[in-house]
Amino acid sequence: MQRKHPQQPQQPQFAAKLLAGLVAMALCATAWSQVGSPGAGKGGSAGAAATKGAPRISGNVVKIGVLTDMSGLYADLGGEGSVVAAKMAMEDFGGRVLGLPIEVIGADHLNKADVGANKVREWYDTQNVDMVTDALNSAVAIAIGKVSQEKNKLAMIVGAGSSRLSNEDCNLNTIHYAYDTYALGNISGNAVVKAGGKSWFFLTADYAFGHSLESDTAGWVKKSGGEVKGAVRHPLNASDFSSFLLQAQASKAQVIGLANAGGDTINAIKAAVEFGLTKNQTLAGLLVFITDVHSLGLQTTQGMYLADGWYWDLNDETRRFGKRFFERTKKMPTMVHAGSYSSTLQYLRAVQATGTDDARVVVDYLRKNRMNDLFHKNAVLREDGRVVRDMYLMQVKKPSESKYPWDYYHVRATVPGEQAYQPMAQGKCPAVRKS
Amino acid sequence: MEIFGVPHQALLGQLLLGLVNGSFYAMLSLGLAVIFGLLNIINFAHGAMYMMGAYAAWMLLEYFQIGYWWSLLLAPLSVGAFGILIERVLMKWIYRLDHLYGLLLTFGLSLILEGIYRDQFGVSGQPYQVPELLRGATDLGFMRLPNYRAWVVLVSLIVCLGTWYVIERTRLGANLRAGTENPQLVQAFGVNVPLMVTLTFAFGVGLAGLAGVLAAPLYQINPLMGSNLIITVFAVVVIGGMGSILGSIVTGIGLGLIEGLTKVFWSEASSTVVFVIMAIVLLVRPAGLFGREK
Repeated sequence: MQRKHPQQPQQPQFAAKLLAGLVAMALCATAWSQVGSPGAGKGGSAGAAATKGAPRISGNVVKIGVLTDMSGLYADLGGEGSVVAAKMAMEDFGGRVLGLPIEVIGADHLNKADVGANKVREWYDTQNVDMVTDALNSAVAIAIGKVSQEKNKLAMIVGAGSSRLSNEDCNLNTIHYAYDTYALGNISGNAVVKAGGKSWFFLTADYAFGHSLESDTAGWVKKSGGEVKGAVRHPLNASDFSSFLLQAQASKAQVIGLANAGGDTINAIKAAVEFGLTKNQTLAGLLVFITDVHSLGLQTTQGMYLADGWYWDLNDETRRFGKRFFERTKKMPTMVHAGSYSSTLQYLRAVQATGTDDARVVVDYLRKNRMNDLFHKNAVLREDGRVVRDMYLMQVKKPSESKYPWDYYHVRATVPGEQAYQPMAQGKCPAVRKS
Repeated sequence: MEIFGVPHQALLGQLLLGLVNGSFYAMLSLGLAVIFGLLNIINFAHGAMYMMGAYAAWMLLEYFQIGYWWSLLLAPLSVGAFGILIERVLMKWIYRLDHLYGLLLTFGLSLILEGIYRDQFGVSGQPYQVPELLRGATDLGFMRLPNYRAWVVLVSLIVCLGTWYVIERTRLGANLRAGTENPQLVQAFGVNVPLMVTLTFAFGVGLAGLAGVLAAPLYQINPLMGSNLIITVFAVVVIGGMGSILGSIVTGIGLGLIEGLTKVFWSEASSTVVFVIMAIVLLVRPAGLFGREK
């Protein structure tokens, strides 16, 4: 059998140059793909303008799109669970509003702002979607907020936290529903400084959310008498935290603030334990979800303070929801899941009451009426899009204190919304008329 | 004690981590060097093979309850077997063509493989536990070094030096090198050159598979883990000299250390420093530090 043999090696220099050129091109491509354009072009037609009269529902269906991270580092705290939660709200509402059917659909944005914006544009343009919820990942949320404004639809942002959503990037079609980085920094920053952690070093996810969380928390640390020794930025979904953690260790700060979330927080905490940082320094997770605690275990997380906007074990109503959710997904709901449920429910109530799915009319109704359900009581929608609602300071239980599955938190304090969130007067939202 | 205003603890710690990263660079660039040196193919699918090695370990554990130690053997073998398949089916047609065709073929192959894995397993990382025996950490005074990382450095050094020895110092290695210089003549001496070439390719990608298994407990296993690393590894190969076995080992570890040092003094530059060095080396020694000009 005759086979072709390898040829004599050609000049290695040529191959080396060729390869060097390709490496350079690949680098450019990588850098370019990380820029991620939100892809919000101008000039699209506005959605159907609402006119007064009989029920006016576009496309004769009220359709809710759950845009989330289905497969990445946030899939556990949002993901499919958010779709399930929105569907539960639809069922609890009775499946129909104003005699017309309700539909809930879900999609994966892969944590890419351009993918998310394009998906939402497609939903609004061709699939009759009226409202988008969850929208975790702040970079994605900011992009779809802009698309929603352009198309006059509604974005009820639950999972994304950047305080930019009710400041520089606020608009009339975006509601920042569950929590923000200002409140997180305020609550956990204050609590940790009070417990004796005066000097801080931040480990920050390098995108909109991480930056907001770091600067908001640093502000609160300084305000309550603490000191910030420095920060190191890591890429979203970083594979290896070891060298970042060594920098944090070398800073000799008492507290290492983790300005990241989901899989990044989990990996950072694991690596910190592996390298023995926890012996002399305290970790402060600035956004920790109950699913993160579940996958890390109480042994690793015990004693940690964290800020959260909801807990399944707060009262009978939340416990009932938790059990129903658990039956379907085999995990307890996070704040993002419960928020997706609540935002869907409140939206449907507003559509029912106003007789239309026009975004501006719905927003107007929500501003005038306080929101009450298992997610929050007496929550108020402000002019800048911020929903002002109670937040909680939790402390993770010791393994011996945990009596039943998912019994993870002591509720140490309930922080009223007015104290937790940034006062509107200090905000930078251009849509708010300053008197 | 401080060196240039940096506490020596931080310096030594980052250097040690650099050594761990350098071990991966060395193993991957070694495989590339073997394949390029003997087959004249620039294997852009090498990163995908590394990813397949990590996934093979994860699948063995997930579906067959086969643990880390067996994976260390089985995963590289299965990746090597896959290598034989693509060498027989695809590569053999392009040996006589320009480098560019091999590069494009393997690049396309790696995109296809990553796409398949992404479709199957999603983009999120799969966790893989450190084996029981290697858990814990050793206190070195300036830092706590997790035992598993020390193990990675050890394995990589043994594998790299062993490969260098076989190729440069044994009769088998002599046949291999002769086969690449003049295949017709070597075949005339009764050596089955095509078989040798196939097995060499399998060995090269098997090395990538082994690096994948070693990386599995350290990093999240995800479909893109290879492409994140492969660009740096190619830079290592270019700096070391295309096809140079010793060059790829020394530069792999050396660049890992330089990266670690850069993290101490100017951490933002740490992802770029390798390419700056590559540009300088190409200007001064176009054939690479250890490459021979022909």
